[in-house]
Amino acid sequence: MCGLCGVLGAGEHWTDSDDTLKKRAGAETRRRERAYQITLTNRILAQYGLKLADWEGSSFVLSNRTGASEVIDHFAALWSTAEKMIKRPCDPLDPTVIDALGA
Amino acid sequence: MSRYAGYLPVNVITGFLGSGKTTLLKRLLESPDMADTAVLINEFGEIGLDHHLLEQVDENIVMLQSGCLCCTIRDDLATSMRDLWDRRAAGEFGFRRLVVETTGLADPAPIIYTLMADPVIRYHFRLGNIITTIDAVNGLSQLARQPESLKQAAVADRIVLTKTDISDEDEDGLRKRLRSVNPAAPVFLAQEKLTAAKLLTNDLYDPKAKSKEVAHWIDAEAFQDTHHHHDRNRHDESIHAFCLTFDQPIDWTAFGIWLSMLLQAHGEDVLRVKGLLDVRGMAGPVAVHGVQHVVHPPVHLKRWPDDDRRSRIVFIVRDLEQRAIEDSLAAFNALAEGHSAAA
Repeated sequence: MCGLCGVLGAGEHWTDSDDTLKKRAGAETRRRERAYQITLTNRILAQYGLKLADWEGSSFVLSNRTGASEVIDHFAALWSTAEKMIKRPCDPLDPTVIDALGA
Repeated sequence: MSRYAGYLPVNVITGFLGSGKTTLLKRLLESPDMADTAVLINEFGEIGLDHHLLEQVDENIVMLQSGCLCCTIRDDLATSMRDLWDRRAAGEFGFRRLVVETTGLADPAPIIYTLMADPVIRYHFRLGNIITTIDAVNGLSQLARQPESLKQAAVADRIVLTKTDISDEDEDGLRKRLRSVNPAAPVFLAQEKLTAAKLLTNDLYDPKAKSKEVAHWIDAEAFQDTHHHHDRNRHDESIHAFCLTFDQPIDWTAFGIWLSMLLQAHGEDVLRVKGLLDVRGMAGPVAVHGVQHVVHPPVHLKRWPDDDRRSRIVFIVRDLEQRAIEDSLAAFNALAEGHSAAA
């Protein structure tokens, strides 16, 4: 497990560790922020044929178009799990990824 | 910054073999300011250290499954720190600061990772300034040939040039190289009067830190100056530094998705990232600080250090193009337009 995934007992993801940030305008509730996070993430995952869904407000389910799915306990494990499912890196510096986001 | 009130600062002293880490530490420990400082060193070298709170750690690195080298827990360090904390809690002795001296060949990333990731340590200690000693005699060649040396320079908050009094080497060339690798770190000479206040304190997470320290921490102008003089064709300049500025507020959720994805794909080549972000929906800036795959918990600051309210993010990277990083972050941030957490 790497730093982004958090070691055992490491707890929250770094994006979710500051109380003031959690209460910023537009993201006052955890539920709303979580839904927003999933919406944005799915815009990127769509390029890889993947989709993220909430699971009981505590975990995520990442699935592909053939129906294979993986449960992710923690948002930090998303990209490593996605890479395993598609068997290649998810690279935000890939020009095709950047172009597709702007399309 | 209240988040870290009560956390004990940990300073890391690193530097290549023979660069004068222990000599520097010995001098600092002679100061009365350091009386309440505990010290962990990797090995007892030829220079004797006489300090009542001195402990030795052995290099015992635990590689986590599927982890990269920077994401390893230094089990020896974690054990020593927990032990120190327990003894402090038991009233055996009191200390208000911890200094960790690494071996000359140590990669500083696992030490930083241990501080940020260990489930006990991260609630008692916080990362303070990282001090890197660079030998003026051999420094330039070590930076060119030893990846550990380059990494130690890249992660430094303070650099101490040693042996300048006996060196005939090109000090200007060395300083220029250090500026290209780490423009924001002030460079001190070992011969000057070096105090704990100069090297160890006044870091970003210090609850007493003032706006000028925050401005100094990011020092975006130094990065921009480097950018103009950077010669990418030189082989030893595969590691380079640059600063990105964004006029539009940053969407925190989009930024988190982007940086997590970037570090998953390229973390080993992102030696350092530091940012002061104008986050949408927030009054003051948010400070973000990462070393390779490891991201320090962000800190919301009450006020900006100067009149510039734009987001500034500085990167020290290896073989990654500034343009690609800039375009990618801008594209992710634009994703948030039309969506919002309030929707």
